[in-house]
Amino acid sequence: MKSVMTLEVVSLVGFVLLTFAGAKNSEDIRCKCICPPYRDIEGQIYKQNVSLKDCNCLHVVEPMPVDGKDVEAYCLRCECKYEERSSGTIKFTIIMYLSILGLLLLYMVYLTLLEPMLKRRLFGHSQLIQNDEDVVGDQQPFANAHNVLSRSHSRPNVLNKVEHAQQRWRRQVQEQRKSVFDRHVVLS
Amino acid sequence: MEEEDDDVSADPYLPYDGGGDTIPLQTFPNRGSNYVMSNGGGVASSSTHLLDFLEEPIPGVGTYDDFHTIDWVREKCKDRERHRKINSKKKDSAWELSRSLYDAWSGWLVVTLTGLASGALAGLIDIAADWLNDLKEGVCLSAMWFNHEQCCWTSNETTFAERDKCPQWKSWAELILGQAEGPGSYIMNYFMYIYWALSFAFLAVCLVKVFAPYACGSGIPEIKTILSGFIIRGYLGKWTLLIKTITLVLAVASGLSLGKEGPLVHVACCCGNIFSYLFPNLEEVSYYFPLKTLWRSFFAALVAAFVLRSINPFGNSRLVLFYVEYHTPWYLFELLPFILLGVFGGLWGAFFIRANIAWCRRRKSTRFGKYPVLEVILVAAITAVVAFPNPYTRQNTSELIKELFTDCGPLESSQLCQYRSQMNGSKAFNETPNRPAGAGVYTAMWQLGLALVPSGLFIPSMAIGAIAGRIVGIAMEQLAYYYHDWFLFKEWCEVGADCITPGLYAMVGAAACLGGVTRMTVSLVVIVFELTGGLEYIVPLMAAVMTSKWVGDAFGREGIYESHIRLNGYPFLDAKEEFTHTTLAREVMRPRPSDPPLAVLTQDDLSVAELQAVISETSYNGFPVVVSKESQRLVGFALRRDITIAVENARRKQEGIVLTSRVYFTQHAPTLPADSPRPLKLRSILDMSPFTVTDHTPMEIVVDIFRKMGLRQCLVTHNGTLLGIITKKNILEHLEELKRHPELPVISHAPSSFTRLSLRLRPPRRLA
Repeated sequence: MKSVMTLEVVSLVGFVLLTFAGAKNSEDIRCKCICPPYRDIEGQIYKQNVSLKDCNCLHVVEPMPVDGKDVEAYCLRCECKYEERSSGTIKFTIIMYLSILGLLLLYMVYLTLLEPMLKRRLFGHSQLIQNDEDVVGDQQPFANAHNVLSRSHSRPNVLNKVEHAQQRWRRQVQEQRKSVFDRHVVLS
Repeated sequence: MEEEDDDVSADPYLPYDGGGDTIPLQTFPNRGSNYVMSNGGGVASSSTHLLDFLEEPIPGVGTYDDFHTIDWVREKCKDRERHRKINSKKKDSAWELSRSLYDAWSGWLVVTLTGLASGALAGLIDIAADWLNDLKEGVCLSAMWFNHEQCCWTSNETTFAERDKCPQWKSWAELILGQAEGPGSYIMNYFMYIYWALSFAFLAVCLVKVFAPYACGSGIPEIKTILSGFIIRGYLGKWTLLIKTITLVLAVASGLSLGKEGPLVHVACCCGNIFSYLFPNLEEVSYYFPLKTLWRSFFAALVAAFVLRSINPFGNSRLVLFYVEYHTPWYLFELLPFILLGVFGGLWGAFFIRANIAWCRRRKSTRFGKYPVLEVILVAAITAVVAFPNPYTRQNTSELIKELFTDCGPLESSQLCQYRSQMNGSKAFNETPNRPAGAGVYTAMWQLGLALVPSGLFIPSMAIGAIAGRIVGIAMEQLAYYYHDWFLFKEWCEVGADCITPGLYAMVGAAACLGGVTRMTVSLVVIVFELTGGLEYIVPLMAAVMTSKWVGDAFGREGIYESHIRLNGYPFLDAKEEFTHTTLAREVMRPRPSDPPLAVLTQDDLSVAELQAVISETSYNGFPVVVSKESQRLVGFALRRDITIAVENARRKQEGIVLTSRVYFTQHAPTLPADSPRPLKLRSILDMSPFTVTDHTPMEIVVDIFRKMGLRQCLVTHNGTLLGIITKKNILEHLEELKRHPELPVISHAPSSFTRLSLRLRPPRRLA
């Protein structure tokens, strides 16, 4: 359990560091000038890849739609904004999000469709019925204590542990589902 | 304490060696994921402290069952005991010193990590939601992971008309049909929009249902209850966090009118909870919020803001999307429309709460609630169908609010501002304001249905308010324009100058609606002020929020979260309510005059079988221990869960414990006949300092004690003998009862919604 947490922390710290380190691509800055309509020239939007100190109308608006003496008047009305982004973070986020979503979907499909099918093929019906009885047994007043205690001294191998954890998790979800959807005690 | 007449030093070699070999508590990862425990079975031992080295704590004792209330007094005692232990050992060795340092710092470390994680997750959710939202309309061909805005980062389409069109960004119709204009492509886009919205909603519902049902809803009512000391197992777990983060993005992107702000609270709570696992002996946050906790949350917020700023999700170097940049002054007479907006916000809030609660109740009680997936899909479908034709509803709700908040300057190309250019001409006021109005009505309607997907009501409420405010603002502007000779406008407005800022009205309206729904006042003004950065608009905001609270309170005192807490029957004792009745503790305590007598345990003449029978036949969560049935003098209090665990543990690990074994809670074993089996000592699970009041204590004081100390139960005595018990749930029932029949001093036995949780009846069943 703890190692998983540690892993989470490490990945998180990695994410944060990556964000800081996300080298400023030259693509990732822009200066955007919005110039309102002026005389018979329509409103225009100019974007240029310039640094912060060059972010003004004179550097960005190109080609200048008015000639010499009007430039100042035109530029006064323009509003220039310097903007930054980090495309690395965006790329990383979206790809990570999609991969997690994909994994979850696969796992969901496995849990809801494949596993019951496999189980039925392997064990037949008896196993399923037994599982149901297990759930009922949980309601006994002393079964809870039993649960708590039994956790302390079974020290099986890794595979068993995973299986056990999965079993327990599934029971928890079952319980949650019951309280949310059937009994409606939690949440609206 | 009361009955310590036997000699402490008599016989240290007592027959009980509780826990067997070393059983570190860390091997119990499942002991309640929202609850951090220090050591098992510790408190009761304040007087039996000498024997601690003999009695290993029994694993699991001192933990809680699902849907139970935390006993804060007990926990506080435990925590202090631990601190004392660490402090006393501090000078022994360098190792102990470092351990005490670690203990002192672990709280801050957790807070830091929580801040980091919440900030990172918030940024992540923002980026992903933006992208997924734009995916409904098209895709960026050059770089798949960019949303529309980012895709056209450096494109050179310079005219206003083409500002949203850049060659890299392809709408679905362009990709599939190869044409960007015409009715065919419109229908194609429409279809793809609905398709994506539906599939996002469906995915979100499925994920929630399969992996983590607790991830549904906004989560704030539950968080409030959990903070007040209530166990909901798995509510703040890893899976809930993962699923909530993933599905929140899906839900926001599916176009349902919901926001991500409320559920983010839940996400952050999950983060904190998971990190607190790394430091198993962390002290808890109690719900009366000591100053230390406040400091730490402040620090966490700082860290989170720092992380979010460095991720820069909106690309505008601001933490929030709708940052107000205008600083035009407002005039005194504008307070009137602001107050009107406040009235509207209050009315709307009251209506919203009523409707939402009615809907939820219907979902709970009728068969309608059996088909949550269908409900969400249906709502999503209708939303998508209605939303697409209207450009205001098609976009993200946050974007809409942003647009509503911004002032119409020469730089804005928004539709909302187009009437302005015509205003100088003849006819002003085309139908533009009506369109957001239509959007608002529809948003309000579908707000009700959102239950299964993670949903918040911050953003939708704000949207409603912003729309209303904007309409009022535009109306005012028109008034000022046409009747500028009128005395009010004449004094403040010069002809030709703008004296009304519609964006400000939108902001005030949003605050008013949010205030009407959540019934926050001070904190809400601060939130809006921080959200928008408009410092000079504090007074309008305050006026509107106050009015909206007054108006809303006239229709019902509770905010949406309190209503949900009540609807779900969570044991939440609101600190704001006044208790004004004159009932006494005797009238509230259980058992009632008509009930069977209180189930008690005697300190030394029960057998294991009798103890198990008492436990199986009742459903109480704790039992007072008395000297004997005749005298009923109080010894202490033992919790049901602890008893079951201790008995089970003893029967496994100790030789000679059979059903006829005597159970005793005293220091020394009672004298027994020679042939009787070995007795079982349960002193270590006995709470020797239960809270007691006398039967004539006014309920005002009892309620105050419960609120301020976070008690779970309190015993009632008369002339020193045990009379009954008052639990937190009894008090809640009592309050409920008084609310319904304020004139009745004696309470009847109507089972209210609280009993449902407090007594999860188990079938009485003997243990084989």
